[in-house]
Amino acid sequence: MNKILMIIPAYNEAQNIEGTINSIQQHNSNKYDILIINDGSTDETEKIVRNIPNVELLNLKVNLGIGGAVQTGFKYAHKYDYQIAIQFDGDGQHNAEEIEKLIAKVQNDGFDMVIGSRFIDKQGFQSTIMRRLGIIIFEVLNSVLIGQRISDNTSGFRAYSKRAIDYLSKNYPQDYPEPETVIILAKKGFRITEVPVIMNDRQGGVSSINGMKSMYYMVKVILSILITTLRKN
Amino acid sequence: MNELLNNMQKVNTNLIQYYSIIFSIGFMIFIVELVRRKKIREEYSIIWIVFGIIFLFFSIFRSALNTLAFNLGIAYVPMALLLILIVGIFLILVQYSIVITKLTEDHKSIIQENSLLNNEFEKMNKEIKKLNIEIEQLRNINEDNNKLI
Repeated sequence: MNKILMIIPAYNEAQNIEGTINSIQQHNSNKYDILIINDGSTDETEKIVRNIPNVELLNLKVNLGIGGAVQTGFKYAHKYDYQIAIQFDGDGQHNAEEIEKLIAKVQNDGFDMVIGSRFIDKQGFQSTIMRRLGIIIFEVLNSVLIGQRISDNTSGFRAYSKRAIDYLSKNYPQDYPEPETVIILAKKGFRITEVPVIMNDRQGGVSSINGMKSMYYMVKVILSILITTLRKN
Repeated sequence: MNELLNNMQKVNTNLIQYYSIIFSIGFMIFIVELVRRKKIREEYSIIWIVFGIIFLFFSIFRSALNTLAFNLGIAYVPMALLLILIVGIFLILVQYSIVITKLTEDHKSIIQENSLLNNEFEKMNKEIKKLNIEIEQLRNINEDNNKLI
C-alpha cells in the first residue's frame, strides 16, 4: 500500500476548511493522510482544524503565501516518506471523488505530476472571462516553452510522484507557484500529464487574487516562467 | 549680470576641494566606526568604503575628474561626478535586493522548519500521554495483584 498525503494549504479558510476535510474523509475513508497547512491565518482556521480527528496540522506562524505553504507540505511528505502527494485547495473548489483519477495516473502510468484540468471536458465552473484570458496566455506560453500542451496551468489540483515531491521540497516558487512549477518540472525531465476534472466556484471567503493583484500576478508569473526557462539548473 | 560673473570669478574653488577631502575621510571613518560597533557587517561595508576611496581620489586629484569626463565624452565635468554617484547608489541598492532575497529565503525556511518541528513535538506529546496512561494502568494492575498476594 502506497503512502498517500493530501496537502491542503489554508489561509483564512474558516468557512470552507471543515467542509473540504469532511468531503475528503467521506469519499476516501482513511486511505489518505490529510495534512492542513495553516498559512498564518488570522481567523479561526487553526482552531477548527484542531478539532477535526485524523488530520495533521502544520502551523505557519507567518503568512508565506500559497507557494511557501504547499512547499511545507512537500517537506512533510519528504520527511515522512510519502509515495504520492495530492495538492488540494481548502476552499471547496475541488471535488474529492476525483482524487483517485489523479492518483491512478501517477501509480499506474508513472507520471510525476498530474494536473486536474477544468478545460479538457469544459465542464463545471470555467472561471471568469478575465481569468480565462490569463489562463490562455499561460497555456500558449508554457506550451511553446516545454513543447507539450497544458490546458490548465493555474489549477491547484495536482498529484505528484515521490521523485517530484523530493525535488519540489527543495525547489518551489514562493508566490503563485502553479504555472511556474509546470516549467520547472518539465525542464528537469519530469513527466507531466492532465486529467479532466470538474471544479466548483469557491464556496465562501474571497480569492487571494483580485483587482490590481491580478495585474501583478500576470507580470510576476510570466517573468518567473521566462526566467526559469533561462536557468541552467 | 556682470556682478554675477564677478562673484563667480571671486569664488575660491579650492574650498570645495578641501571640503570634499574632509567629507570623504569623515565618511570612511563613519563607516569603519559602524562596522567596529557591529552596526554594519564587514561584507556590506565594502561597497561603501570603495566609493569613499573613489571620492577621496577625485577630491585630491581634481584633474583626474577632467580626464575621466573627457574620456567618457562628458562636456560638463561635474556631471562625471554625478554619474559616479548614481552608479554607486544603483550598485548599493542592487546589493540590498540581493540581501533581502536571501533573508526572505532564510526566513521562509525557518518558518517552515518551525511548523514541521512543532508538528513533531505535538505528535511526541500525544505519544507520551498515551504511554503515561498505559503506565498508570499497569501500575493499577500491579497494585491489585499485590493486594491479592
